[in-house]
Amino acid sequence: MKFSRWLADHWVMGVALLVLGYLSLPILVVAALSFNRPSSRLSYDFNEFTLDNWRQPCATSDMCDAVLRSVQIGFIATVVATVLGTLMAFALVRHRFTGRSGINLLIFLPMATPELVMGTSLLALFVSAGVPQGFWTVVIAHVMFCVSFVVVTVKARLAGMDRRLEEAAADLYASPWQTFRLVTLPLVLPGIVAAALLAFSLSFDDFIITNFNAGTTVTFPMYVWGAAQRGIPPQVNVIGTAMFVIALLLVGLTSLRGRRSRRAGLPVAPAAGRRAKSPT
Amino acid sequence: MTALAHVPTSTGQPAGPPPPPRHDRHRLLPYLLLLPGAAWLLLFFAVPLFQLAAASLYDPTGSLSTGYALTWAFGNYPDVLQAYWPQFARSFGYAGIALLLALLMGYPLAYAIAQKAGRWKNLLLVCVVAPMFTSFLVRTLAWKTILSDNGWLVGLLRDVHLLGPDGRLLATPVAVVLGLTYNFLPFLVLPLYASLERLDYRLLEAASDLYASPVQIFRKVTLPLSMPGLIAGTLLFFIPATGDYINAELLGTPNEYMIGNVIDSAFLVRLDYPQGAALSFLLMAAILAVVFGYLRRAGTEEVL
Repeated sequence: MKFSRWLADHWVMGVALLVLGYLSLPILVVAALSFNRPSSRLSYDFNEFTLDNWRQPCATSDMCDAVLRSVQIGFIATVVATVLGTLMAFALVRHRFTGRSGINLLIFLPMATPELVMGTSLLALFVSAGVPQGFWTVVIAHVMFCVSFVVVTVKARLAGMDRRLEEAAADLYASPWQTFRLVTLPLVLPGIVAAALLAFSLSFDDFIITNFNAGTTVTFPMYVWGAAQRGIPPQVNVIGTAMFVIALLLVGLTSLRGRRSRRAGLPVAPAAGRRAKSPT
Repeated sequence: MTALAHVPTSTGQPAGPPPPPRHDRHRLLPYLLLLPGAAWLLLFFAVPLFQLAAASLYDPTGSLSTGYALTWAFGNYPDVLQAYWPQFARSFGYAGIALLLALLMGYPLAYAIAQKAGRWKNLLLVCVVAPMFTSFLVRTLAWKTILSDNGWLVGLLRDVHLLGPDGRLLATPVAVVLGLTYNFLPFLVLPLYASLERLDYRLLEAASDLYASPVQIFRKVTLPLSMPGLIAGTLLFFIPATGDYINAELLGTPNEYMIGNVIDSAFLVRLDYPQGAALSFLLMAAILAVVFGYLRRAGTEEVL
């Protein structure tokens, strides 16, 4: 009966690995398809190995325009959302004020509302106000749904910060501005960077809200949506694979840096450990 | 005059440095910090909801070119419900089945990472979020390749007679539910993991020392202690899954269309704003009702 004991101990891990396989399978397929020469425009099956897609990722120039537009929108939306969200996080963690529960609700609700509802309601607003839809309405929409995620991420970092470090700076005659610039900001910065990366990835990948507010502007997800009807160029999978590799490298770099500073005995704020991993 | 200020310090004690200045916090500062972000959310999140409510009560005979009149046409709601109740039912049905599948897959996964993975924990966590590193639409399209009629999966299922010789996976409800499960599974696993990671292993050992069977341990100790993560994860999965229409569009046919497909075409193809707005509002109300009903049950009743 040794086998049944072994099974009892290990079946959870076995199931877990199977589920991880289910989660990873599409990524492997995307990577494989990026080296595929499809038999026809509407075929999704693997046909023949080729490096052409990687050599000429912009063979269909519409797609690269769309990627570029997504990067532009993502960049602007990220900067605005990160600034607005960080200011709000500071107010919430560092200050007492009346109306806190109302503000918390205003921040929480966009994360709990279906994207469909946010997208259509913004469309209704823009149409009734006579605002022409395009690049900037997409930016406005993206800032709106990114702000809440920035607030939550920066808040977690701020809340886990040791206030005594700032008090020590004040005791050593640092002005409030100096304390902020030389002590607070460097300590919160990892949280702000994480929030900005999250905002960018949310913006870059958003389809539903964008679709309702883009007018004739085409972002990368909208290009893929449109192309799904006409036939997907294989270069779409090159972009998908490249995105994956870049994101993976970023995660690898940050975890390496975290490990190195911990080994060197540098202070790592408690928020960097457990809290940063919990989804927010 | 300035000399007066130093009188107290000059009485016997050694004159140390003056105390550091106190910086009084400006009372308006928090409001100034909040103002831009809160204004943005009010203007572009809260106000549009009212606009959507108004649009759902427009005169349905109007059009985008002639203009809509707000006639408080509450009749729009029963009308759209009558016309599109199958898509509504499908949205909640598919999302519900996908949620069950996701729980069956996600709980063991979160448990294994939290309690069994040891030093592989971080690597496995990265694997859970890895799908989100690439584009939602691109990875959903990858399922078209996996489930394709010429693919190895359909071939295998046909060989073992789980599928008939002409049986398909693509363009069926199975494909849509599989896609929904796949796309939102990480949202379920991460909060569940956060809860299970804090679970004290000694509690499980204590239960086992007191002759609890593995099933009893799970029901009486593990499951209740993981409730916060389970509730958060379920909601994070269910809300986007119900409103999703990308999976139904890319992996299904019009027979699998969910309410999102109808809303999309109402706003962007048919340009019937009252109908689209009424459907959006109904969707939000239905989701809120399910969420609050669920929270009340999960919050007040002992689990199992």
